[in-house]
Amino acid sequence: MTTPNESLAPVAAPQAVARIWREHRVLLGRWLSRLRRERLSAVALLAQPMVWLLLFGHLFTTMAQVAQVPGGSYLRFMTAGAVVMTTFNGCLVGGVELLFDRESGFLVRMLAAPASRLSIVTSRFIYLAAVTSAQGLIIMAAAAAMGVRYATGLAGVAACLAVGALFGAGVTALSVGLAFSLKSHGQFFPIIGFVSLPLTFASSALVPLTLMPGWMQRVARLNPMTYAIDALRTLVLTGWQVGLLLRITAILLAFDALFLAAAALALRRGLR
Amino acid sequence: MSCRADLAVEAENLTRTFGTTIALDGATFTVAHGEVFGLLGPNGAGKTTTMRVLLTLLRPTAGRARVAGLDVATQRAAVRARVGWVPQDRTVDPLLTAAENVEFMAGMYHLTARAGRRRAADLLGLAGLAEHKNRLARDLSGGMRRKLELAMSLVNVPAVLFLDEPTLGLDISARRALWSYVRQIRDTGTTIVLTTHYLDEADRLCDRVAIIDSGRIRAVGTPTGLKDRFAVTTLDDVFLAATGQDLTEQPAADQLMPS
Repeated sequence: MTTPNESLAPVAAPQAVARIWREHRVLLGRWLSRLRRERLSAVALLAQPMVWLLLFGHLFTTMAQVAQVPGGSYLRFMTAGAVVMTTFNGCLVGGVELLFDRESGFLVRMLAAPASRLSIVTSRFIYLAAVTSAQGLIIMAAAAAMGVRYATGLAGVAACLAVGALFGAGVTALSVGLAFSLKSHGQFFPIIGFVSLPLTFASSALVPLTLMPGWMQRVARLNPMTYAIDALRTLVLTGWQVGLLLRITAILLAFDALFLAAAALALRRGLR
Repeated sequence: MSCRADLAVEAENLTRTFGTTIALDGATFTVAHGEVFGLLGPNGAGKTTTMRVLLTLLRPTAGRARVAGLDVATQRAAVRARVGWVPQDRTVDPLLTAAENVEFMAGMYHLTARAGRRRAADLLGLAGLAEHKNRLARDLSGGMRRKLELAMSLVNVPAVLFLDEPTLGLDISARRALWSYVRQIRDTGTTIVLTTHYLDEADRLCDRVAIIDSGRIRAVGTPTGLKDRFAVTTLDDVFLAATGQDLTEQPAADQLMPS
C-alpha cells in the first residue's frame, strides 16, 4: 500500500471568515466549471440577450413609430426591458441546479460536510448575479454599438446592473424556493414556463404602460419587473432621478425581503 | 450516556420515526476505534436511517448517539468535520474532473485551495486514479467513480468512514478492487461502518456485524461468533436464524427518509 504523505493530516478548523471564503470558492468554482463544460448553455447565455434585443427590437420598431414610445427609438426604449427580461429569465431558472443536486443526491452529500448550508444557497445567488450582470453588460454594450446613448453615462450603466442584481435576488429566491419545495424538475419547468411569459408581457418590458388596457396596467403595477424596468429606463433615457430611483429601490428591497423569507421557509424544510 | 475513549461510535436506544413509520427502533450498539463494522439487513431494515442519524443528516426521535466522542444531536458541525460518507446514490459531479471533485469536497471541509490540490493528488494516487485525475467523472467507469467517491470521503481524514452499499451495482472485478481500497483505508486506522447486501464480503471484511431488521438490532458480534452462536456456517444462515427471513427477500422501503 502507498504510504499517505504528510498532506493526509486531520483538518484544523479555520476561522469563520476563512471557512465562508473557502466554501464559496469551491461552490462558485463548481458552478463556473459546469457552465464552461456545458458549452451549449454557455453559448445560449451569451446569445439570449442579443435575441431579446435584435428580435424584439426589430419586431416592434414599426409599432413604436406609430405609438411613439419614449426615448425616440424603440431600440433605446427596449434596452432596459431586454436587460431586465434577461435577468428575470436567468434567475428564474437558476435554482434548478440545486434541484438537480437534490435529485442526484449530491446535495445531501454536501450537507454531510461541515460547510454552512447557507453558503450552498448564497453561492448560487452570487453566481446568478454575476452571470446576469455579464449578460446585461453585453446587451448594453451591443445597444451602444447600435447607436443607443445612455443619459447617465458609464455610472448609469453600473447603476442599471446594480438595479438588475437587486431585482434578480428576489427572482432567484423564488427559484431557489421552488427548487426546495418541488419534488422533481419535471414539476419545476412547467411552473417556470407558466410564470415567465405572463409576467414578461404584464410589465413595461416591451410596451409602455400607457399603451396597455386598464386591467393590464393594474396587473403590471403589481409586477416588480415593471419597477426594475422603470428604474433602468429612467437611467437610460432621462437621467438621475434620485427620488424615483430610491422609491423603486425600496420597492425592490421589499420584493426581495418577501421572497427571501418565503425561500427561507422552503430551505428550512429542504435542508433539514 | 457515558463517553468511552475506546469507542468510535456509541448508539443507545436510537430511534427514528417518519410519521407513523418506525424506521429505527431503539438500536443499541458500539463500534471500537479501528474496527470495520457491518450493518446487515434487507432494504427497509433501517441501515441507511442509522447511518444518516450518525452522520447528523437526521435527528434522532429518541435515544442518544456519539460519533468520535461527539454527540450527534448537539455537536452536529463537529461530528460532520470528523466523519466521511460514501452514500448509496452515485454522488460525483459528472461535469467536474476526478481531481476537481476531490478538490471541491476538500473546500467543503475548509481546506485551502493549495491543500485541497495536494490532498486530491494524494487521495487519487491511493485510489489508483492518478492517471485519470483530469478526466471528467462522467467518463469514468462505475468502479472508478466509486473509488473517486471514496477518495472524496477521505479529504478530511475522517475518524469514522461510513460506506452505504459501496459495491452495489459493481461487477466482481470492480468490487474486488474497491474492497482492496477499503482495506487500505482500514489499515490506516480509520474506523469503518458499512452496509452491504453481499454477506460473503461482510464475512471477509468486517470485524463485527450487526443484523438489523424492521429497525431493530437482532444480533451483534463477530462473523465467526455469530455463526457459532446460531450453529450455522454462513452469515446468510445467521441472518435467516436471527430474523426468520432470507436476505434475498427485499421489501423496498428503505427510502422512507427524505433525501
